[in-house]
Amino acid sequence: MEFFLQLSIQGLSVGFLYALAALGFVMIFKSSSVLNFAHGELLAIGAFIFLAFSVWLKLPIYLSFLFTLVGAFILGFVIERLFLRPLIGEALIEVIMLTVGLAAMFKGLLLVIFGGNLFSYPDFLPAGLTIRWGAINIPPVYVASFIIGIIFLSIFGFFFKYSSQGIYMRSVADNQPAALSLGVHVRRVFAMSWAIAALVCAISGIILGIMNGINVHDISVLGLKVFPVVILGGLESIGGAIIGGLIIGVLETFTGGYVSTSLKEVIPYIVLVFILLVKPYGLFGLVEIERV
Amino acid sequence: MRKLKLHPCGKFNEQYGEELTIFSTDFGRLWMWVGLFLLFVVLPFICKPYHLYVINHIGIAAIAAVGLNILIGYTGQISLGHGAFFGVGAYAAAILATAVGFPFWLSVISAGVITAFVGVLFGIPSVRLKHLYLTIATLAGQFILQYIFVQWESLTKGPMGIMLPRATLFGIDVKGDRNFYYVIFVCFVILTWVAVNLIRTRFGRAFIAIRDNDRAAEGMGIPIFKYKLISFAISSFYAGFAGGLAAYYIGSITPEPYTLMLSVEYIAMIIIGGLGSIPGAVFGAIFITLLNEILSQSTQFFMNIEGLAKIALTIAPLREFVFGLAIVLFIIFEPKGLAEVWRIIRSGFRLWPFSY
Repeated sequence: MEFFLQLSIQGLSVGFLYALAALGFVMIFKSSSVLNFAHGELLAIGAFIFLAFSVWLKLPIYLSFLFTLVGAFILGFVIERLFLRPLIGEALIEVIMLTVGLAAMFKGLLLVIFGGNLFSYPDFLPAGLTIRWGAINIPPVYVASFIIGIIFLSIFGFFFKYSSQGIYMRSVADNQPAALSLGVHVRRVFAMSWAIAALVCAISGIILGIMNGINVHDISVLGLKVFPVVILGGLESIGGAIIGGLIIGVLETFTGGYVSTSLKEVIPYIVLVFILLVKPYGLFGLVEIERV
Repeated sequence: MRKLKLHPCGKFNEQYGEELTIFSTDFGRLWMWVGLFLLFVVLPFICKPYHLYVINHIGIAAIAAVGLNILIGYTGQISLGHGAFFGVGAYAAAILATAVGFPFWLSVISAGVITAFVGVLFGIPSVRLKHLYLTIATLAGQFILQYIFVQWESLTKGPMGIMLPRATLFGIDVKGDRNFYYVIFVCFVILTWVAVNLIRTRFGRAFIAIRDNDRAAEGMGIPIFKYKLISFAISSFYAGFAGGLAAYYIGSITPEPYTLMLSVEYIAMIIIGGLGSIPGAVFGAIFITLLNEILSQSTQFFMNIEGLAKIALTIAPLREFVFGLAIVLFIIFEPKGLAEVWRIIRSGFRLWPFSY
């Protein structure tokens, strides 16, 4: 029983990590319907910018957090301007390929600059955030990221539902030509959505870095694990991403604990194939009925 | 004898059949024979063994890239699993040769067939899914197959790998780069010829129709699902065949090379070469293999110089960067790839001095 409980806690915390990583992905997909294969690399870039500010330049944490957010926001704009704007109106296949290329490019660049070593941030979270409950001990990182996650979920939920910018984004994702003809500034919406997504990625990246340490390879693998998570939850649903992340995390940990440790790494992908066959739009996804 | 068409200064087709000809001019046919002569008679005898080794790798990559181009370029279904399919071919050939004792030719062909079945298996999600979801399904396929390569130890020997026996063909021992050169390039010419002609048949036209507009294709009576699976099967056959050849050529296989990076490399080949163009796939294979070779050579070069070893270490990850950059630049600036550049150069010559 204790083993079970321990695994559940561990699984939930891993799942939370996945959910966090999936947030930015869903943001980009929801607002521009681009399947971003460079997602893991965006997370890693955020984590490394924070590392550069906080450890190398030794700026105070608040300042470096702020600078990282600003940096990520600008980076999102730049990526959109340089790489994605030329492709507005092009076939989806080319956009997907482009993000595959970007992924390889960013990963190579990060490896050249930072190398493949494991880095870690200084400990800065207050120890008072720890939750003790009987034998269960939840470290402050998870509490902090849980709070941040909840805040983000509600901010973005409201943003997409009520703000005009959010509605523009959804309209562009739904039907680009129609949005264009109704007077939505598609290019600005694209730029905004990439900037915001890069910002969300940076925050997730920093939290991942605090939890697991920062390593280019690890984070880019995590970026690919996002796919089972978002497919399970439904590509357009932020809530679905979180639930999907938790389910995948728990499933992975239980497989590791009860079945075999090596199966742990692929079980999300096996689940992914299964979901695609049975319920391709996920638990909370938008069902597009189009029989072809 | 019919009149030769050598240098028309425009398109003067009189029948629909002329649209479908492989060579629009007899000049092109002439060049093909010159090219085959260079490929089989001149090139193997003027190259050093190291150059032959590189050319052989280009040939193997070109076979797989031509196959992948049928799937991505002509049918419009993106596959991120071709690195693993290549690996399936390599493992199938190795296992059939060692455990079952198949001869060289039979195990390479069966490797292609087995890979075709595996490809169809991962193509099945395309019943209900459009390319966006399908891409993710093939990504999952890549990881699942990679897992099987490492973990199914009774069959694949896990990380130890498998040593292959010597390849013999018609009683002749195919050893050395030059003999293998002939094997690879005869296969390459045959398979490319098949691919070029496939595109002109009912199948090829159905593939193109599905790529351009799947709903319209369905409306015109093309059973989309069947043709998508056929495309998956053909494309995986090419990948598996190339994988089997590569396994025999290298002589031993381990699970390491068949990662997502290899899939990305193949996609890079056909994007850089030109989507939906058979010569493009070949150009892409040449470009990427040479790029790989140049980068690994320069790493070695810097390694050997005192004090520059540090630069060499940074070049290794630079390889990934250069790949990514090449994909991105080609998509943005020349989405039709090297094939389009080649066409522009050719028509420049043809129209000279009035080209503009």
